[in-house]
Amino acid sequence: MTLPLLLAAGGAAAATPDWVRLAYLVAGICFVLALRGLSSPASSRRGNAYGMAGMGIAVVTTLVTHDLASLPEILVAILLGGAIGLTVARRIAMTAMPQLVAAFHSLVGLAAVLVAAAAFVNPGAFGLLDAGGQILTVSRIEMALGAAIGAITFSGSVIAFAKLNGSMSGAPILLPARHLINLGTIAAIIAMTIAFALSGAGGAGESPLFWIILVAAFAVGFLLIIPIGGADMPVVVSMLNSYSGWAAAAMGFTLGNTAMIITGALVGASGAILSYIMCRAMNRSFISVIAGGFGQDGGGGGDKGPALDRPYKAGSADDAAFLLGQADKVIIVPGYGMAVAQAQHVLREMTDLLKGKGVEVKFAIHPVAGRMPGHMNVLLAEANVPYDEVFELEDINSEFAQADVAFVIGANDVTNPAAKTDKSSPIYGMPVLDVEKARTTLFIKRSMGGAGYAGVENELFYKDKTMMLLADAKKMVEEIVKALD
Amino acid sequence: MDFISILSIFVLACFVGYYVVWSVTPALHTPLMAVTNAISSVIIVGALIAAAAAGSPLAKWLGLAAVALASVNIFGGFSVTQRMLAMYKKKERKG
Repeated sequence: MTLPLLLAAGGAAAATPDWVRLAYLVAGICFVLALRGLSSPASSRRGNAYGMAGMGIAVVTTLVTHDLASLPEILVAILLGGAIGLTVARRIAMTAMPQLVAAFHSLVGLAAVLVAAAAFVNPGAFGLLDAGGQILTVSRIEMALGAAIGAITFSGSVIAFAKLNGSMSGAPILLPARHLINLGTIAAIIAMTIAFALSGAGGAGESPLFWIILVAAFAVGFLLIIPIGGADMPVVVSMLNSYSGWAAAAMGFTLGNTAMIITGALVGASGAILSYIMCRAMNRSFISVIAGGFGQDGGGGGDKGPALDRPYKAGSADDAAFLLGQADKVIIVPGYGMAVAQAQHVLREMTDLLKGKGVEVKFAIHPVAGRMPGHMNVLLAEANVPYDEVFELEDINSEFAQADVAFVIGANDVTNPAAKTDKSSPIYGMPVLDVEKARTTLFIKRSMGGAGYAGVENELFYKDKTMMLLADAKKMVEEIVKALD
Repeated sequence: MDFISILSIFVLACFVGYYVVWSVTPALHTPLMAVTNAISSVIIVGALIAAAAAGSPLAKWLGLAAVALASVNIFGGFSVTQRMLAMYKKKERKG
């Protein structure tokens, strides 16, 4: 039997033509290939092209198979949104990527809410009515779920955006009995979804339950994120990434659309895996992150006491330049402080000079070095650091023992040996970079006061092998560059 | 399509997602988030259906608003991903 015959046979039974369903399947496969391309930087650009092709196929297929009466309005909406999106994408600073991603998540969430609401108001357009003119029970569950997850994604992402953008304090806001309120609201949403599904009366847009579910879900998203501290934002952004995927999948169920279901599952899985990786990198359980409250009390730990007057070894840019110039192997450990000081470009100049002197230079990245998964890699790539000189924690940690200099810039907690030795430390068990194993550790820090993000003292500062370079990161590296020249 | 067929596609896609995402190199986790953001805007399909359908002006406007929002994400997401990926370069071998 030939393919067209098969297609024709199938087409008689289904409402949607088979070529349309195949087109959506192709779009879904393009999205799988888009993610697959990201397995290496070399194939990643082709992957992105697959993604765009998939989206093009999905949009064009939908447009040509539906009534074209409102095509002008639709094109205006696409052009308007597209222009805003392109402008933002061109202008955004790489340091602001976490905020941008949070903002984009909120848009996906809101779009899901709007689509679910449109399906509820005009179910006939989506083919969701039964013979009696009622919305199908299974469709009611799917649209309520899609709307609820979309709403949680939206309000949660807005709060995450505000915290990351500094428009709102990163400190956790703890309501009394917040767990009870959150669990109660979620339970109410589930109960209302069941009631909505079973309610006999109410066809298109009649049941008020749908709107109540929506409002409750907006509240949950808000309540879930406000108690989570700034240090846990990488997990939150990943988690919201996952939610936006599940929202798309739920809407895919409503429409019986393969492209949406495949994409939703991919994005949902992606966000969940990234959340897991971030939690593992901080040695925190997902539950404890969601429960919130971390980082508000300055941490505890066995070595709290007044640390300011403890002896430490301070050095100058010339000392640092000498040590770096004499080294055979230098490992640089960048943290978010480097990005805040905008020191990445001058840091790359420094590594170029060192390489010119025959020094082997590598970068060591902790998974939570930036504000979102992989953030530090993007910042280094922007400063033209070749990606094959940048290594992940597990790939480079054994090399510190052979390094002459470990150069820590703008990082703190991720180098703290207390995570390995001090059971009373709040960061105990977190995987850290073994910088203390290098012959010398150079540590750039603005001043001796002020602990890291987690509020924990770092014993490394007071070791004999450590030289503290107390200055603004960018200025210090600039001076080292001058001294090396 | 009946519910079980859709569910089968969904469950299998979750497995595909699981294995594909674990194979993504950690250096590209930020572009991964940006591109997943862009592709999750495939929800625009639903928005287009709502915007194109006759019968309810409210649903049409909801749909159009969703089309605009999803478009921000699609164009913004793919373009920012492309911008990031263009920055990843290998070591220059001196020739």
